[in-house]
Amino acid sequence: MYLYDHYDQAMVDARVAEFRDQTRRRIEGTLSEEKFRPLRLQNGLYLQLHAYMLRVAVPYGTLSGSQMKMLGDIADKYDRGYGHFTTRQNIQYNWIKLEDTPDILADLASVEMHAIQTSGNCIRNISADQYAGATADELIDPRPYAELLRQWSSFHPEFLALPRKFKICVIASDTDRAAMRLHDIGIQIVKNEAGEIGAAFYVGGGMGRTPIIAPLVKAFVPLDELITYSEACLRVYNRYGRRDNKYKARIKILVHELGLEEYSRQVEEEFAHLQTLNIEPPLAELERIKTFFADPAYETGLSDDLDLSNPAFAAWVKNNTAAHKTPGYAIVNISLKPVKVLADGTKEAGIPGDATGEQIRIMADLAKTYSFDELRVTHTQNIVLPHVRKADLFTVWEKLVAAELAEANLDKITDIIACPGLDYCTLANARSIPVAQKIAERMADKAEEIGELKLKISGCINACGHHHAGHIGILGVDRKGLENYQLLLGGCEGADTSLGKIIGPGFDEDGIVGAVEKATQVYLANKEGEERFLDTYRRIGMNPFKEAIYG
Amino acid sequence: MADVQFLFREGEEAVSAPTVALSAFAEDTNATAVVIEPGEDARALIPHLDRLSLVEVTFPAFTDGRGFSSARILREAGYTGELRASGDIGVDMLSHLHRCGFDAIAPNAPLDLAQAETALKVWPQVYQATVVDGRKPIWALRHGL
Repeated sequence: MYLYDHYDQAMVDARVAEFRDQTRRRIEGTLSEEKFRPLRLQNGLYLQLHAYMLRVAVPYGTLSGSQMKMLGDIADKYDRGYGHFTTRQNIQYNWIKLEDTPDILADLASVEMHAIQTSGNCIRNISADQYAGATADELIDPRPYAELLRQWSSFHPEFLALPRKFKICVIASDTDRAAMRLHDIGIQIVKNEAGEIGAAFYVGGGMGRTPIIAPLVKAFVPLDELITYSEACLRVYNRYGRRDNKYKARIKILVHELGLEEYSRQVEEEFAHLQTLNIEPPLAELERIKTFFADPAYETGLSDDLDLSNPAFAAWVKNNTAAHKTPGYAIVNISLKPVKVLADGTKEAGIPGDATGEQIRIMADLAKTYSFDELRVTHTQNIVLPHVRKADLFTVWEKLVAAELAEANLDKITDIIACPGLDYCTLANARSIPVAQKIAERMADKAEEIGELKLKISGCINACGHHHAGHIGILGVDRKGLENYQLLLGGCEGADTSLGKIIGPGFDEDGIVGAVEKATQVYLANKEGEERFLDTYRRIGMNPFKEAIYG
Repeated sequence: MADVQFLFREGEEAVSAPTVALSAFAEDTNATAVVIEPGEDARALIPHLDRLSLVEVTFPAFTDGRGFSSARILREAGYTGELRASGDIGVDMLSHLHRCGFDAIAPNAPLDLAQAETALKVWPQVYQATVVDGRKPIWALRHGL
């Protein structure tokens, strides 16, 4: 894990002092809400329907046990006892008071955390593969590059008033677990023919109302030009990105309107110029950062054997753990999508991504004891313990069961991504959370039979719930003052990224739950061999689903 | 036009020459001061830098950051005359403007001096080499560069 030196700490402390001063001026009235708004947004503070919401950065989704514990403590001390993990690998608190915010930021700074640039028209928190450093299928750990970019993008004076928000993602394996090509800049660390490590830049992806899969802009940027090339990409965007219409202001529209070739040409020109200025940190800086991400002290000679005689444990191991690069270890996923069975047999689904302060502290303790003090937040709103000995899995599972954190449903239909929706968000047109809960409750018994099915719900066109990238996507819209839900099929993030298509007219809340159920029935009736829902859909197309749902 | 409230040019006064629009500048060979609006290309001035004593970069709205790029581009090209930011400017922009190479600030409404002084001193160090601000970034300090 990256640890701050006195420079990093001084920068974060300075930010806390700056925001404390800005908040004071706002409360005194010398700073207007109009002028304060972008300043608070760049510290993660939104004004939502009922209260302020604070979004705390978890850079590239990695955090330590003591950082996680602090997140739990903040939930209890300043919020209503819970936090909400987001699709940007961050955590949000929904019931925050403006006057408490400087103190919360100071608490965060005490454990090397912050809320810098988690919102606003600037370079946002950098996201990365949640299995980085643990998975066998990666070329190299992508997080040192993400940390280098974090420092470069923090308070970059030229890029704090961009046309629109700007999201960067870094991965280093062909299996894309971070929806890399749906970012403004997606970087894949690659090896070229000469065996050198470098970065492939995909620019101009994104979701929102115009979803676009980012095209490859440069296949190989050497590591000692990573910052310079990023700066060139950003400068062209800052200068020429549209500012006349906020719905056309993302870089994807600029790349689309200029054309890939012309955008690349302008970036190359700017890149050639910036290369003459020596703005690139030396490779020694990258090497310094890399030392923080060295492998933990894995034990050697461990057995991969597991006693799977307990069926509930076996199901959890099968669904929620992934292969680790080191023999005798596993990657553990903790689902934050519980579906409780009540005494009368009815089901009660949780709010996707929510955890109580107590649950957050339990996960922090588990990380300390069983995972080399490390956790990850995933864009699917779950938590990962990246390095757990297989010999400890049963104990970890028992503790998770006791904390109601052992739902064995990773990537199943009940592992739903949902934005906060109209229950919290000022932008939303429809509620997302109750729809997610109803679907999870209806489908829980079928989840295992259906297998992998990524269901994603957004409460408005801004697509925070990634509905475009869901095998099944749901988009909440406002139809003549009523909440209405559109059904999309066939989206996918990952190496085979595709965008979902709207199947037909929308539904009310109960109607969309029924439509999802019918779609799964069509899949089960048509499935061949080991096909997932997505595979069957791609093979048979939209029509059989349409007929079953509207016929 | 707003007055210059902050000038970071040792021993100098703000340039008082009349400014012309960028569109008129190429024709008007006597002009030594020019105004650039957010949508205009600062690089159009590069062939004429030696006859310029003032470039004023406007910020009609503080949320439009194109002027930050214009400033760095001019400084990177070697412009050493007065580089003035004018318009909708608040104290919280001051340190960023300064880092991008502005050395004169003319806000629409005068800023509180005590607040401005605090804002200019916010950052003990900086993460990026903008080159034009003359500050060593943290990575250079870490590695003794």
